Amino acid sequence: MIDRLATNARVVAALGRRSVLQTLRRPQLAAPLILFPTALLAIQTAGAGGAVNLPQFPPVDNFLSFMLAGAIVQSVMMTGNSGAIAFAIDIEMGFTDRLFAAPISRYAVVLGRLAATAVLGAIIAVYFIVLGLIFGASLNEGLAAAVWITILVAAAALAFGSIGAAIALRTNSASVVQGIFPLVFVILFLSDAFFPANLMLDPAGWVAEYNPLSFIVNGIREPIIAGWSLTTQLKAVAAVIGVGAFGLTLCRFALVGRVRRGV
Amino acid sequence: MTVAAIETQQLAREFEGGIRAVDGVDLEVAEGEIYGFLGPNGAGKTTTVRMLTTLLRPTGGRAIVAGFDVARDPGAVRHKIGVALQEAALDPLMTGRELLQLQATLHGISKKEGKQRGQWLLDRVGLTLAADRRVGTYSGGMRRRLDLASALIHTPQVLFLDEPTTGLDPVSRRAIWEEVRKLNDEGTTVFLTTQYLEEADQLADRVGIISGGRLVAEGTPQALKSEVGKPHLELNLVDQEGKESRAEEVLGRFGEPMPARDGRLMVELEHGTSEVGPIVVALNQAGLDVESLDLVQPTLDDVFVHKTGQHLEGAQPETDETEAIVE
Repeated sequence: MIDRLATNARVVAALGRRSVLQTLRRPQLAAPLILFPTALLAIQTAGAGGAVNLPQFPPVDNFLSFMLAGAIVQSVMMTGNSGAIAFAIDIEMGFTDRLFAAPISRYAVVLGRLAATAVLGAIIAVYFIVLGLIFGASLNEGLAAAVWITILVAAAALAFGSIGAAIALRTNSASVVQGIFPLVFVILFLSDAFFPANLMLDPAGWVAEYNPLSFIVNGIREPIIAGWSLTTQLKAVAAVIGVGAFGLTLCRFALVGRVRRGV
Repeated sequence: MTVAAIETQQLAREFEGGIRAVDGVDLEVAEGEIYGFLGPNGAGKTTTVRMLTTLLRPTGGRAIVAGFDVARDPGAVRHKIGVALQEAALDPLMTGRELLQLQATLHGISKKEGKQRGQWLLDRVGLTLAADRRVGTYSGGMRRRLDLASALIHTPQVLFLDEPTTGLDPVSRRAIWEEVRKLNDEGTTVFLTTQYLEEADQLADRVGIISGGRLVAEGTPQALKSEVGKPHLELNLVDQEGKESRAEEVLGRFGEPMPARDGRLMVELEHGTSEVGPIVVALNQAGLDVESLDLVQPTLDDVFVHKTGQHLEGAQPETDETEAIVE
């Protein structure tokens, strides 16, 4: 049993490493994960910085500190989508069949892909924290906040990636997964990511309030702009677990369906 | 007693919409055998291989591979088999060495052993110099050889090759054949699907012909060909006009004369090539000089036509089947 677990852990690590390298070696997958959110962060910070003076806007040192969490989750969701596209390409070209024909758990194949998404999520978190600090943001909870945010972001990347992976497994099509990309922005704009939910008009405000992404955004944002709140962090963790459980359940169904259908 | 490396009983696969891609196939492949599974596109070859390699669950019958049931114990089957699927599904962004290392990890081989085994296989398939290049820069033949190497990383008992030479040039094709023969000499059972008649004829100890999801013929290539007819000789004489009846009389001593086709005299031979020399000598002695002469063997395509009523789609000209002798 322990041997089997150790073997599967080695496989997940090897597949994760391969997927990270695959992303880094394919600039068209890697570049947008950093460039677009950075550009949007710069544009919004420069152009909408006055929003901090709106009544009921959360108290922040500057708009960049507020926006940092939004840029991070935007990048994370794009990473999940990009990982799912790469997974679908693997399926389309038959690479996953090579993996499924090996004596390993089929879940290890999915977890390998998701491990890579988590690693990329962690890299993104570190990048945006450093970027924010350089351009005037501050971390109210210091290094502990940076570490916690990195962990939370990595877990969120894995959770969102699992939904993308399930879609890839079910559809076998990179273009279908790519077609879902605009939905990422709908989910982002209907959350706390770029604008406080309490300042939105209903029903958008109502949706944003209950959007799981808002809980994750607030879990990332709070240690940057304010301080720790156990409730907020528990909600963030619960949202990550909820999204992850949903995604992994979909993956399970998709895997079972693949063997039954044969495609 | 011969042990079966692969055994299927009424193996079937029905897809959504009631399409029966494989319809009750009974196979028995002995250990150490090269079994050629021949059929046109859509005949059910790949579906059968996907079931035998545990990638697809059968909807009927059963299949035992290397002693384990593919439906009940797929994990055990995967430990014993090597698989090189159609069109070499390799990640173009990985290097050849990285791919073999990954494949070793998938089979539970330690990092150190995986490196050694990978290097040995790269040497074996002639890819040492290209080992650290990305697969995307490889030619079709190099990809196939790498695919083959990766299927061998754990020294499988049974090797499945799904159309291993489709789209390759003749030189690369022959290099793959040579490697398959070597592997078989070392004791590996090979299950090879192909739509190339020549490939099945050259490599396979036995051939199974599948059409419409059913196995329509099975046997050694020679036995299958002899089922559909004997070899025959086709010849033209120098200044042939007016000499046909005399020539037919001579040819009749060696076998049953066949009706002439496009002016070529034809005779069915009982004993193949051994009769060619004596026929030429006999014709010479009768004052008949041979201008050109071909010994035509029945082909697996003839077998296919005989069994299914149609030609094998994508069949290649069988240049090795016909021995042309021109004086």
